[in-house]
Amino acid sequence: MDSNSLISKTATELSGKLTDGTCKAEEIAQAYLEQIDRVDGKVHAFLHRDDEDFLAQARASDERRAKGETLGPLDGIPVCLKDVISVEGQPLTAASKILQDYVSPYDATVTRKLKEAGAVIGGRLNLDEFAMGSSTENSAYGPTRNPWDLERVPGGSSGGSSAAVAAREAPLTLGSDTGGSIRQPASLCGVVGMKPTYGMVSRYGLAAFASSLDQIGPFSQTVEDAALLLETISGHDPLDSTSYPTEVPSYSQILKENAQPCALGLPKEFFGEGMDDEVRVAIDKAIEFYKGKGYEIVDVSLPTTDLSVPVYYVIATAEASSNLARYDGIRYTTRSERAENAVDVYAKSRGEGFGEEVKRRCILGAYGLSSGYYDAYYLRAQKTRTLIRQDFERAFEKVDAILTPTSPTPAFKFGEKSENPISMYLSDIYTISTNLAGLPGLSVPCGFTQSGLPIGLQLIGKAFDEGNLLCVAHDYDREHQFGCQAPTLED
Amino acid sequence: MGLEVHVQLDTKSKMFTRVGTGFGKPPNTLTDPVVLGLPGALPVMNKDAIEKSIKVGLLLGCKIAEVCKWDRKNYFYPDMPKNYQISQFDQPICEGGEVELELPGETPAVMGEHRTVMLTRIHLEEDVGKLTHYERDSLVDYNRAGSPLLEIVSEPDLFTPDEVFAYLTSLRNSLVSAGISPCDMEKGQLRCDANVSIRPVGTTTLGTKVELKNLNTISGVKQGVEYEIRRQTKALENGEEIFQETRRWNPEEKRTTSMRSKEMAHDYRYFPDPDLMPVKIAPEWIERVEKELPEKPFDKQRRYMADMDLPYTATSALCGDRPLCEYFEKTANLTKDPIKVANWVVNDLLRELSQAKRESDNDDGVSVEDCPVSPESLAELINLIEEGVVSNNVAKELFPEMFSTGKCARELVKEKGLEMKSDGDEIESLCAKAIEDDPAAAEKFKGGKEGAINALKGSVMKATRGQANPKVVDETLRRLLSN
Repeated sequence: MDSNSLISKTATELSGKLTDGTCKAEEIAQAYLEQIDRVDGKVHAFLHRDDEDFLAQARASDERRAKGETLGPLDGIPVCLKDVISVEGQPLTAASKILQDYVSPYDATVTRKLKEAGAVIGGRLNLDEFAMGSSTENSAYGPTRNPWDLERVPGGSSGGSSAAVAAREAPLTLGSDTGGSIRQPASLCGVVGMKPTYGMVSRYGLAAFASSLDQIGPFSQTVEDAALLLETISGHDPLDSTSYPTEVPSYSQILKENAQPCALGLPKEFFGEGMDDEVRVAIDKAIEFYKGKGYEIVDVSLPTTDLSVPVYYVIATAEASSNLARYDGIRYTTRSERAENAVDVYAKSRGEGFGEEVKRRCILGAYGLSSGYYDAYYLRAQKTRTLIRQDFERAFEKVDAILTPTSPTPAFKFGEKSENPISMYLSDIYTISTNLAGLPGLSVPCGFTQSGLPIGLQLIGKAFDEGNLLCVAHDYDREHQFGCQAPTLED
Repeated sequence: MGLEVHVQLDTKSKMFTRVGTGFGKPPNTLTDPVVLGLPGALPVMNKDAIEKSIKVGLLLGCKIAEVCKWDRKNYFYPDMPKNYQISQFDQPICEGGEVELELPGETPAVMGEHRTVMLTRIHLEEDVGKLTHYERDSLVDYNRAGSPLLEIVSEPDLFTPDEVFAYLTSLRNSLVSAGISPCDMEKGQLRCDANVSIRPVGTTTLGTKVELKNLNTISGVKQGVEYEIRRQTKALENGEEIFQETRRWNPEEKRTTSMRSKEMAHDYRYFPDPDLMPVKIAPEWIERVEKELPEKPFDKQRRYMADMDLPYTATSALCGDRPLCEYFEKTANLTKDPIKVANWVVNDLLRELSQAKRESDNDDGVSVEDCPVSPESLAELINLIEEGVVSNNVAKELFPEMFSTGKCARELVKEKGLEMKSDGDEIESLCAKAIEDDPAAAEKFKGGKEGAINALKGSVMKATRGQANPKVVDETLRRLLSN
């Protein structure tokens, strides 16, 4: 089978081919390596590859299959991880210079679960340094480019994860989402990306940005594939105190059952100024589609929406300032060669090792926690966060899911927002409140602008209601399949 | 004065991860991604540490918090791999409470005055690593890092170095006997900082406080605060000002030196740890721990004195040591005379145990729990005296042998033919011979000198190698001498 047709397949299709014996895991792995060789010079989704290890895992999968010991539908399917998720024996840089020489001695829980499911773990994917950013321009190792327009950003912070799926360099990837870092890049790259409910997926082994907001989640071409990957990585983990003790249903199975149309809420605060006209047209079309399917469309209000960005930047930076304190030049992080004493080791290693945005956020966060400012910033932000959560609870008394655009605009150009942090922060305005409320949200491709840039539709669900959320998304996705369209990326 | 006492809890694993705790292991072997603060590592609370903290709180009469909440204390120092310590800031696990202490009596045989010292709070945190400084480099060992550490903070309610000493001794006895921690200060299992301030007699406003560190033994604490009281008094008398600062006790030079002033104090940027959910402490949990609570050492002492009539000296030797008390009570239950048992335990058993410790290769020696003479065996020995089978003197000589061989009393007595001789004819002839050999003593006794009979008894005992029944000897001698 020619490799071009293999890499265009969804993970579910590839799994089918492995099952009926029409291809081997090694062929699939080989096909993706060839594609990465072909396009990653332009896209730069990958920070590190270990091709030998990748092929060895694929061969091991083929051997299992030959013996009838296949581990499940993901056995033999490549999955690549954002470079903040630990894989034993592989580097983990978080796209930062300060971790340039660090190799993780242990597997993250999601990594372990993927290995137990037989997935073939691929290279390390680019991101904004420590997942701080919305464009992947903050990577210390150079930006990732949007496969649909190489002049534009792929979104961020999981820009490598979204671009890799869009450029067909991997059928499935994992990212992390703290304020939209999965959904926004999924939207900008025209793929499916999902942030699960806080506590659904273990954070053990995920280099933390903001502990109370971070969640790992899947990228894929289709909602069906996202369901398959999500059910593999979800579930309670005794190594993560914030992981929720709940049974994980088979989302793939749920999608096969015909779901009943339900009530979708449109928060009026999301449909005001700042939204690109073409985005609005695409979202309106999606709303019409749902109406046609028998869904009830209900106007709802989330009055605290305008507070979500400031609240987010107080809480996320405060947690980050503490979480990133461990990168200090003392042990596994890179030590400044100019350091002459203990204080120097900290100041110079961190000064040289961190990029501008990371330093900005650590300083901002430390300020908000300082004695005399704590009550006015951190404590107040936490109280406001409760109000934001309550807004959603009220809305969910009337509706089963909330529908919004994922991002106010399609992919923007390099440098367009990087000079102005505030305008960059506002590109997450539709996604941030979901994290603050701990809710599941996903972005599903809903069309293209006239110039061919993808547009994403965001659906937000009730806590731990991933099954229903995926069903609603799947209802749209199986009839549109925008994520199955690939950019050309001519040589 | 107020004390901040840090106690390492005796748990199998560390505070927030499954790695084991321990002392004396090769450096950095008790570590894992959590202890080392690697990217992505997350803390998971050790329930046993919470339970032990509840136990301490109940022992000391504290109010136990309804929720166990965790905060991060942020500061950059290489002893903390994460550069923050997980601790409890505004909601400690225990509040209030008190420690009963006993001041020295007039003589060691007289019970001293008791008083209680009020506690402010007790909170739980993770221990930090250990730094060793060399000329150019410093090395860090994370074996200790992440061990559960309880900080017991007293009110400024201690007024003399003797009280400080008594407070620490009492606290340590309570904690050791409740199985909270071995509290070995040499191993860092118990550490103490002291806040010292002085004020003129009759005034109520506290003076400027100075924090003392590096107080590594209980005597060191006493000497440190003694020095610091003298230093501050002298300074004030010379018209100098006391600065709020942290001072280090130098045990070699027997003085304190300034470490850092208040201006260098940290802003720890405390905030609730988002990696750890607050844990509810259910009333049922507290009730269960309360039911399993051991008797407090001073309560035990009062009971021994009231119910068993034990002398103060014996109780003060027993009551700080729970396994020893258990040994004593077990033995006492098998005999008729608890006072005799107490004397055996306090004199003979403790002597053998400390000798075994001196001779042993590891510093722990032999513990009471695995003492070669079981309570049953000691009870048997005491009962043999009571039954008149062996004399007290023989028994005293047998005990060390029982301790070193592990053989039981009856077995040894039989083996060595040490049964007491109560045979009338044999004793009578020996008594007669004694009178014959020492007519002077016999005459003295007859002349009314009661004590003179002892010389005669002594020679009978010597002739029987202590095996003659003293009661029979006494009766026989008196009968012969009255003729």
